[in-house]
Amino acid sequence: MILKSETLELREDNAVVRVRQRARALAIEIGLGLVDQTKIVTATSELARNTVDYGGGGTATLDVINEGNRRGLKLTFSDQGPGIENIDLALTDGYTTGGGLGLGLSGSRRLVNDFSIDSTPGIGTTVSITRWI
Amino acid sequence: MDNIMDRIPILKMGQFLLVTIQVDMYDRLAMALQDDLTTKIVEHNSKGVLIDISSLEMVDSFIGRMLGSVASMSRMLDAVTVVVGMQPAVAITMVELGLSLSGVRTALNVEQGMSVLNGLVAHEVEGADYDSEE
Ligand SMILES: Nc1ncnc2c1ncn2[C@@H]1O[C@H](COP(=O)(O)OP(=O)(O)O)[C@@H](O)[C@H]1O
Ligand SMILES: [Mg+2]
Repeated sequence: MILKSETLELREDNAVVRVRQRARALAIEIGLGLVDQTKIVTATSELARNTVDYGGGGTATLDVINEGNRRGLKLTFSDQGPGIENIDLALTDGYTTGGGLGLGLSGSRRLVNDFSIDSTPGIGTTVSITRWI
Repeated sequence: MDNIMDRIPILKMGQFLLVTIQVDMYDRLAMALQDDLTTKIVEHNSKGVLIDISSLEMVDSFIGRMLGSVASMSRMLDAVTVVVGMQPAVAITMVELGLSLSGVRTALNVEQGMSVLNGLVAHEVEGADYDSEE
């Protein structure tokens, strides 16, 4: 069940900072500890930047969710950019087409409890992450 | 709220440069800092750069890459970069993300970072003396 939801535009690097700050605020609000806050905020930064840099911009949706008696922070990054041809390859440590470190997708996956990616070439990319408390 | 600024200030302290990152850094700001540091190292013939990241609440792959390139650039310009003040939660997260910061010297705080730099510079001077005596 979604207890609270907000959607932010992601068009440029200042917006990445804004989404990071909202993710931090909500992580604190649901009671995540400092290390878990830092993990979800770092993953947020990576995925938000991908949305801007590779997806040509898009949105970040931040949901406070409830499942049984646990609460979580779920973030969804969506764009209508070029999509990813080979998702397994993109999820490999060190793989980059943009001169980065290639740790954004693979590293974010390690930092959260749930990770899902849905991408279709020519249609766009959606990545969702959740950290449960 | 947004902490929009054009440049992160760089302080000159003798033969060292001191940078305190106090903002939630966006990417262009990180790139500007990298450029500015290179310019200043050359301009002042600096021997060391101390970067205090104790206010940074996260280090992602972009900031990590920037710190790594500042370190290797300064090395080529005969200066040493020391990154100080990383919060424990940030360090834990970086390791899990897969960022190693290999090639970047670190110290716990500004004081220890300064003594690392002073030690390195003193060592270099001794080395030079030794060479000239030969
Ligand atoms: N939203 C996206 N749209 C299109 N391609 C993407 C997207 N996110 C990631 N990618 C692709 O996956 C690769 C790996 O991404 P990532 O792990 O974040 O590393 P990096 O950002 O350093 O390249 C990118 O280089 C890019 O080719
Ligand atoms: Mg990335």
